[in-house]
Amino acid sequence: MSNFPYKVVVGLEIHVQLCTKTKMFCGCAVEFGQPPNSRVCPVCLGMPGVLPVMNKQAFEHSVLVALALNCKIAEFTKWDRKSYYYPDLPKNYQISQYDLPLGANGFIEIPLDGGRTKRIGITRVHLEEDAGKNLHTAGNFSQVDLNRAGTPLLEIVTEPDMSSAAEVRALAVELQRMVRFLGVSVADMQKGHMRFEPNINLVITKDGSEYKTPIAEIKNLNSFRALERSVAVEEQRQLDEFLETGRVMGMGNKTTRGWDDAEQTTVLLREKEEAHDYRYFPEPDLVPVEMNERWLNDIKAGLCELPIKKQMRYVNEYNLSDYDAGVLTAERSTAEFFVQVVDAGGEPKRVCNLLTQAGLKLANEKVCSVAELGITAGNLAELAKMIEAGTVSASAGNTIMQEMVKSGAAPETIAEELNLMQKSDTGELETIVDEIIAANPKAVDDVKSGGKKCKKAHGFLLGQVMQKTKGQANPQIVSQILAEKLN
Amino acid sequence: MQDDLLNMDCRELRDGIAAGRIKSITVAEAVFERIEQYEPIVGAYITTFKEHALAKAEEIDAQITAGKQVGQLAGVPIAVKDVLCTTFGATTCASKILENFHAPYNATVIEKLLSADAVIVGKTNMDEFAMGSSTENSGLKQTVNPWDTSRVPGGSSGGSTAAVAGRLCFAALGSDTGGSIRQPASFCGVVGLKPTYGRVSRFGLVAYGSSLDQIGPITRTVADSALMMNVIAGHDPADSTSVDEKQAPVCDYLEKLDEPVKQLKIAVVPQFNAGAESQVQTAIADAIDVYKNLGAEIIEIEMPHLDYAIAAYYIVATAEASSNLARYDGVHYGHRSENAEDYIEVYSKSRAEGFGKEVKRRIMLGTYALSSGYYDAYYLKALKVRSLIRSDFTKAFENCDCIMMPVSPTTAFKIGEKTDDPLKMYLSDVYTIAANLAGVPAVSIPCGFDENNLPIGLQILAPAFGEDRLLRIARMYEARTDWHKKKPAIV
Ligand SMILES: [Zn+2]
Repeated sequence: MSNFPYKVVVGLEIHVQLCTKTKMFCGCAVEFGQPPNSRVCPVCLGMPGVLPVMNKQAFEHSVLVALALNCKIAEFTKWDRKSYYYPDLPKNYQISQYDLPLGANGFIEIPLDGGRTKRIGITRVHLEEDAGKNLHTAGNFSQVDLNRAGTPLLEIVTEPDMSSAAEVRALAVELQRMVRFLGVSVADMQKGHMRFEPNINLVITKDGSEYKTPIAEIKNLNSFRALERSVAVEEQRQLDEFLETGRVMGMGNKTTRGWDDAEQTTVLLREKEEAHDYRYFPEPDLVPVEMNERWLNDIKAGLCELPIKKQMRYVNEYNLSDYDAGVLTAERSTAEFFVQVVDAGGEPKRVCNLLTQAGLKLANEKVCSVAELGITAGNLAELAKMIEAGTVSASAGNTIMQEMVKSGAAPETIAEELNLMQKSDTGELETIVDEIIAANPKAVDDVKSGGKKCKKAHGFLLGQVMQKTKGQANPQIVSQILAEKLN
Repeated sequence: MQDDLLNMDCRELRDGIAAGRIKSITVAEAVFERIEQYEPIVGAYITTFKEHALAKAEEIDAQITAGKQVGQLAGVPIAVKDVLCTTFGATTCASKILENFHAPYNATVIEKLLSADAVIVGKTNMDEFAMGSSTENSGLKQTVNPWDTSRVPGGSSGGSTAAVAGRLCFAALGSDTGGSIRQPASFCGVVGLKPTYGRVSRFGLVAYGSSLDQIGPITRTVADSALMMNVIAGHDPADSTSVDEKQAPVCDYLEKLDEPVKQLKIAVVPQFNAGAESQVQTAIADAIDVYKNLGAEIIEIEMPHLDYAIAAYYIVATAEASSNLARYDGVHYGHRSENAEDYIEVYSKSRAEGFGKEVKRRIMLGTYALSSGYYDAYYLKALKVRSLIRSDFTKAFENCDCIMMPVSPTTAFKIGEKTDDPLKMYLSDVYTIAANLAGVPAVSIPCGFDENNLPIGLQILAPAFGEDRLLRIARMYEARTDWHKKKPAIV
């Protein structure tokens, strides 16, 4: 086995489906899951004589992402044709951006363990049209569904700045969170809204020299898990291959690989980087896009505090754990709702617990966001206050929240109706404590004797009281009364 | 009487129809009677729409009887080049690959003709995908020149110009990528206008060279071209390259047509004209004399980069064509080979069977010019030449109102004379190509005949979006001469 130290070098190409109403260059609706070839028109079918017209919203969405990725926005961009023959590409060329992408030279901060972050360079951001889908269903023929053809697709290319599978995943997740925050993509992995292509190789130190393994590109990954696993697996494969063959990076030995999810391996698709000649040239049917300051400022107005910034701020400002802050900022509406509830008087940690536990569970069931559950910030703050004051227990809080979603009633009303108010009336509780003390002399002795058994016996007596009150006693108060009476 | 009717110009005809003096149906019937008689000789049409056209004519008559307002081309029988998409009839581009292709939409100019109440007679023959200068590259049929049926009508809009000259319609639409309206107009003795790039919507024009293509009118008089421009010019939201009318307003091209341009300054390019046949040179010189007698000032200029126009054109146009024609692959529509074993063969065999020789040649030229390793030496260099040619024009127009030169170095040549020598054929575009590279408007008007009684055309080029003045200048000559009134013997 190897003892050679090595570094993994990974760059990522990401395709993000933008959530515009219509396609990139025609008026067809962008809708998925529709009957094949039902969202098409002469333009996206590539009929003779048709001309593309740029979707301004798609362009603005793309610029917004490029801004969030700290890119330099091009003052002048144009469209280019990328030629290749494939049945899912009706014109046999794709309208894309070649030498003048709309954004370049940016970076993204990604979160690492323990609240640390790392800066990953962004090489370029450009916009293009997606292809359709070839369906190989049955028989000795294929079918083509062009509903997706011509939908706007954002391509983001990073620098090879990532050095582990975990970092690659972190970037992908961060990017998903970012495009959702910006409202430019639904970024639903299951629907293929985000697709990843990592480029991987290793730099191995052996006998005082550095060796670079040939770069492999893994095509078309559409889940975080597959992305992370494939990078980890490919890392090991390249190490094994180097130890076996000593092969190093050279002209034209970049390979293209695919991910076999069942076997959890990467498989060779193309040995040599195919000498693809896409014959790019400027698209004569579209005019160049010139970005002026006013337009750029209008787009900038759509920027918001980015999720990673928000996450770090929540840690500092609200004293939350990095993990909790991460869960809260996974979605913009949740993060913003959290602040509303806190501003309405909810204690941050209590509010966070309510939102990330009962809240997310309920949202999942209802397939909506936490903010869309129908609970007002005021009511939720009230509930958090009740838990904080001990009026209801934390677990009762979750039950109450469930009811709040159903009926929309105020938490106090629900707590009373369901008899979930904790008994904090010392007089009443003292009577019960006295009864329990009288009935359990053995445990009382154990408490009084101090020593090992004291804590356990105290817990036992507390439990008895809670049982007697059917869980409605405030355990903190019961505990206090017990301690006073037995010391 | 019928002949008198068929020789009317569009404006007279339309006004007669609108006033109820002439029945639209009478005109349409006369046109189809003539088509039945002469189309077998001329071969101008790929498709005719007799039933459709007669029904439309009757509808227009009914509207007029009912006292309704009718459009600017009410009842005027018009032919359109078969490169324009129509929901009626096939749109073939004279290619076997689209022989049975029926477009699901109308080109913008077709919509405009229809809403101006034109009667669309049929779709005319052309060089396949508009690639050619004689209409001999049609994959579907042969068109001859009405002035001499042993000769070509020019191309690629040869069907349209032959139909207009042969009185098989009153006016037509063509498309011009490197001279495809002007050159056949000159060969057939009619008026052909290539508007400024961006003046007329290209939506629905099957693309050859997208940055060069422009739709324009083919008519018997300058006034009819102005009338047609009134109908087809203007911005189209479906064509991003059609120009914003705030930037370049569209005007009524007929309004001041008969007002001569005062203190007209005409430029000629002696270095460039020398390549034309002597009879052509003489006719052009005589035409310029007519202007001189009208008080115009003639200046001689140099346009140093025009010599490179053909080379640049055949790179830019073929590069764009190689990409534009990639979609004809047998997968989604059009001809699909029956002998294909897999999808690669669906492409290769469908294209091999569907495209003609010249189209294949241009696709290969263009593919080569765009290939990595050759891009800079060919395509990029051609773009540089193109911008130099553009600046030649900008400079030239600082000192003159228009430039005059021949349309073609020769008059109509014999069928088959140049088919074996593509380069010779390409050279017949030498005078027309520059206007497309520069995007400026240019018109061809009849200016004489050679010893074989074949028409000669005078080309006038004007600054971008200067169609109004361009047509006025052309009209000044037309008003003084009778060339446009001459008819081919078969008429
Ligand atoms: Zn569409």
